[in-house]
Amino acid sequence: MIKRLLRWLPNFWALLFLAVPVMGVATFVLADIYNIWLPRDVSEHGRTIDQLFYFILYLTGIVFIVTEVVLFYFAWKYEAKHNNKPVEFSHGSHSLEVVWTILPAVTLLFIAIYQMDAWAAAKMRPPEIPFTCEVTGRQFNWDFRYPGPDNVLYTPDDIVRTDGNLYLPYGEEVLLKITSADVLHSFFLPNLRLKQDVIPGMDQKMWFRATDGGSFDIVCAELCGWGHYKMKGRIHLLKPEAYQAKLEELRQEQDTMRVAENQAN
Amino acid sequence: MSTVPYDHHHEAAGHAAHGHGHAPSFLKTYVFSLDHKIIGLQFLFSTLIWFIVGGMLALGVRWQLAWPWSPMPILGNLVGHAEGGQIPPETYTMLVTMHATVMIFFVIIPVLAGAFGNFLIPLMIGADDMAFPTLNMLSYWFMWPAFMVIGASFFVEGGAAQSGWTSYPPLSALFTAAPGSGTGQTCWLIGVTLVGISSMLGSVNYMTTIIQMRAPGMTMFRLPMTIWAMFITATLQAFALPVLTAAGLMQVTDRLLGTGFFLADGATANNAAMQAGGGQPLLWQHLFWFYSHPAVYIMILPAMGMVSDMLSCFSRKPLFGYKPMVYSIAGIAGLGFIVWGHHMFVSGMNPALGLTFMVSTMMIALPSAIKTFNWLGTMWGGKIQFTTPMLFSIAFVSMFIIGGLSGIFMAATPVDIFIHDTYFIVAHFHYVLFTGTAMAVFGAIYFWFPKMFGRMMNDQWGKIHFALTFILMNCVFFPMHILGMRGFPRRLADPYHYDTFRDLMPLNQFMSWCAFLLVGVQIIFVINFFYSIFFGPRAGRNPWHANGLEWQAPSPPGHGNFDFQPVIYRGPYEYGSPEVDVDYYPQTQPPTGRDVPAAKH
Ligand code: HEM
Ligand SMILES: [Cu+2]
Ligand SMILES: [Cu+2]
Repeated sequence: MIKRLLRWLPNFWALLFLAVPVMGVATFVLADIYNIWLPRDVSEHGRTIDQLFYFILYLTGIVFIVTEVVLFYFAWKYEAKHNNKPVEFSHGSHSLEVVWTILPAVTLLFIAIYQMDAWAAAKMRPPEIPFTCEVTGRQFNWDFRYPGPDNVLYTPDDIVRTDGNLYLPYGEEVLLKITSADVLHSFFLPNLRLKQDVIPGMDQKMWFRATDGGSFDIVCAELCGWGHYKMKGRIHLLKPEAYQAKLEELRQEQDTMRVAENQAN
Repeated sequence: MSTVPYDHHHEAAGHAAHGHGHAPSFLKTYVFSLDHKIIGLQFLFSTLIWFIVGGMLALGVRWQLAWPWSPMPILGNLVGHAEGGQIPPETYTMLVTMHATVMIFFVIIPVLAGAFGNFLIPLMIGADDMAFPTLNMLSYWFMWPAFMVIGASFFVEGGAAQSGWTSYPPLSALFTAAPGSGTGQTCWLIGVTLVGISSMLGSVNYMTTIIQMRAPGMTMFRLPMTIWAMFITATLQAFALPVLTAAGLMQVTDRLLGTGFFLADGATANNAAMQAGGGQPLLWQHLFWFYSHPAVYIMILPAMGMVSDMLSCFSRKPLFGYKPMVYSIAGIAGLGFIVWGHHMFVSGMNPALGLTFMVSTMMIALPSAIKTFNWLGTMWGGKIQFTTPMLFSIAFVSMFIIGGLSGIFMAATPVDIFIHDTYFIVAHFHYVLFTGTAMAVFGAIYFWFPKMFGRMMNDQWGKIHFALTFILMNCVFFPMHILGMRGFPRRLADPYHYDTFRDLMPLNQFMSWCAFLLVGVQIIFVINFFYSIFFGPRAGRNPWHANGLEWQAPSPPGHGNFDFQPVIYRGPYEYGSPEVDVDYYPQTQPPTGRDVPAAKH
């Protein structure tokens, strides 16, 4: 019994290596079933990014399965006790080297070039519109400043919010000015497939067009100190009319607070 | 130079004796030793101890990710500062930072170059020692001040560094930015700089030794892959390290002398007074990654080299594509200097640069692919022996495929916008570093143990250790890919603060259970290792029937290594040659002169 088990053992090792592609694929299938997958996307360029992700996932998935299965097959077939043939006394193959150099080279170059436009759209071609809002990261909160009725930032009618709620319209192009007041943070909007580190002393632009309404998380994705985990915000994407109404409401709230403050003084 | 033949008495005397007639003291032999083998073992033992420390730090991290804020038994009281074993968020951040720091700077880099580089280079090239033995000793002893400052930093006010192993300013540069950004951070910078000095001393030595001290007949293209990898790694270190050292010192002056290399105008945190500005936080990232990207190859090339040697030996077949293997290592090293920006795609670096870094990063996956295909080619048509080192080597190949492929996702800039700083990255580097390099290191320990200690490690227990490690590590690290797909961010003390991540808790608990078991089963290895040093069956000179030069020396080799003058006739991969009756053909064996039909090439 034990003898038979031992004779089977070499196969056991090959099978253990076969478990890698099997379990690997199973994990991704189960992940899909249990909804551990890309979160819902509500932006236009997010769709492109997801498509690129799937493109690479399928491509690397195939390479993964093929190479791992070949590895298993060699481990199975050429195990010393199973392989009665003399070893291939080969030092390599020139033509094989050429094939497996050129093929991945072309594929990789293709992936790189194929991605360029999406990157340029997301990071290199800001729309020429006034800023919709200024976002400032500080330990450990996201602050927002809306330009107010005059559409210009840093004027007295600006609306400043520090409660971590960001209201933006969907269906329209949005341009944000993002920066930091102290250390590095990263303004991460998972559902809009956007991420940009914010840097003190440096203003950056971020833009997108949301396709749907809803409330989603704002995550800080760059370690910024002990409270990094709680540097959470919410982004609320509203219909343009609802968005205008919300801004008006925020403005009035701010005015009443100012009046109250003045009276207190 | 090793051109002086050794007389035969030395072998029997073992490594305690020196050729000058008097026995050196214990201190000289085992502590302040100039012998590359002892220095290699010193590195090995030190790194194994730090491996345990790093593992414990990781368990703290895993505990918090699975059962946030609940008191952690035993370990919690050590790290949790009198809060009933609960891990406060600043401690969590410290754990993440120090786990990575210890593993990278105290374990992986020194175990590859320090332990195996030292032990193997002279033995594999036929030299009696390193070119500069004193420098070599210093390279080990420079680790100690580093051990001490980093070790002490856990006990200073505010605790050890907390700004990640990447140490990005301003968080790291401003004292007020975090509790660990006080003395702890200064200790971190000094510690890492000292490790750098140690590596630099080693690297100069390795390059000189490999170029100058090869035995007669050992041409460059007869060197084993391990030596090629060590050689190229040493070059990488020599060119990349000065940048890290300079950057580290710049950060120290920002912190202590009021300069502003990495601080923008008006830099402040926590309402503290502003500090000198005029600098740029991104500059640090450029300098840091200019070193640390090549450093990730410093952390894998030697592993690739050792795996190549083991795969060929246990496939009983020549290494497939020796020269393409050498060229692809060189290619990785060369390209390694122009890809650092892939860590900074969303950092605020000019996005146009992102495009060029994307192309160069995609191209660096190419030599990695070539190596993988050649390893598969090596196994093809062989007579594979599933010894413990072979199992670890195959595991390396299998796991490196995963780590290399996940690299492509992140090299694609648009995709990286989403997955940067999520668990996808954590999955990637644990696949290359833990399931990759660490497996190669385990394999290499089982493989060269007989040369180090003259005894074999137990193969049955080695296999049990392998199987459990292999299964458990995949349970810990593979799910990280799908966590990353969900956008699960790294370095969060309590990810469940976000409602969207609540449902990922059970999966994290599963991963943590596996992580605890994974650390637990390493006890099998520790016992096997120490038991075998004293009680393992004696190994002859060449227990694996391998070709390499080191297997012609006594086990363990005495001072001066060889008891004969090695002369090299061929490369190290002539397994299964038709010129001999046995399936191996040592590098030192004179040609049999047997006429064989021209070998297939
Ligand atoms: C196939 C080749 C590889 C490619 C294309 C690749 C690509 C990348 C990219 C693009 C990143 C940055 C991801 C991000 O932060 O968004 C990254 C991170 C990383 N890679 Fe690789 N990589 C490759 C191989 C390796 C190897 C061989 C190692 C180590 C032995 C390694 C170690 C790391 C580490 C440690 C990080 C994370 C650093 C950090 O942020 O803490 N990579 N890799
Ligand atoms: Cu943060
Ligand atoms: Cu890199």
